[in-house]
Amino acid sequence: MLEKTNIQKSCIIEQHRIVVDDKLIWSSEPEVSFSNFSKEAFHHLDIDYPKFYKMDALSKLAFLAAEYILQGEDTGELALVLTSKSGSLDTDLKHQQSIRDSEYFYPRPATFVYTLPNICAGEICIRHGLQTENAFFIAEEFPEKTIFAYADYLLQSNKAKRVLCGWVEYFQEKYRAFLYIF
Amino acid sequence: MTALKEELKRQIIDVLNLEDITPADIQDEEALFGEGLGLDSIDALELIVLMDKVYGIKLSDPKKGRDIFQSVQTMATYISENRTK
Repeated sequence: MLEKTNIQKSCIIEQHRIVVDDKLIWSSEPEVSFSNFSKEAFHHLDIDYPKFYKMDALSKLAFLAAEYILQGEDTGELALVLTSKSGSLDTDLKHQQSIRDSEYFYPRPATFVYTLPNICAGEICIRHGLQTENAFFIAEEFPEKTIFAYADYLLQSNKAKRVLCGWVEYFQEKYRAFLYIF
Repeated sequence: MTALKEELKRQIIDVLNLEDITPADIQDEEALFGEGLGLDSIDALELIVLMDKVYGIKLSDPKKGRDIFQSVQTMATYISENRTK
């Protein structure tokens, strides 16, 4: 089975810092909101992708982690396996807020479309043209053995040449993402 | 009408999260979908909600939307003729 020693590349986003292969790539002032942090981190990439601004926080986090780890990488036959604790709960609550008042009932379509956890995986697939295997699991903590075993299965069964996998977690301003390439 | 068009441009930028675009960047006759601002189907739904929420206009016929949402100019004309708020 795959182990941490088989990791080809890693990216960690937490506490206003983006680290790729243990090297600090970018950081913002610690007091900024996730909204501003993610916007600045996106600008640092210097790419033209207006859809980013319309994503919910979880998708922005996942998108940024994928973007930073995949810079300069071949994405051909790259599978995607993500895990999270809260999934889309933060956006679910925002949507629920918009529909709780029957007298002022204006659900936001742009919010509603992000009320599924695996939408963030879809955003990564769209951005990088991935048409390979992908999966999204919810767990209390990163289920390392399960995910590494699943990544191993994808590689051993020739369903993918490489696997991008890891943890993307956002809930009410608390966030953490770590992605690996096997 | 000019004030309404400026108000509409600000609202469109706000509800559709059009970063780095100012009202001055949107021409009155410019296409909102496709070649122009490049809006998508979810944006169209947001515009329908905007029309209802801000101007009290309920669009029940999707076919009408194609004409109404052609540009800021067409939106402003429709709003000025049908608004209830």
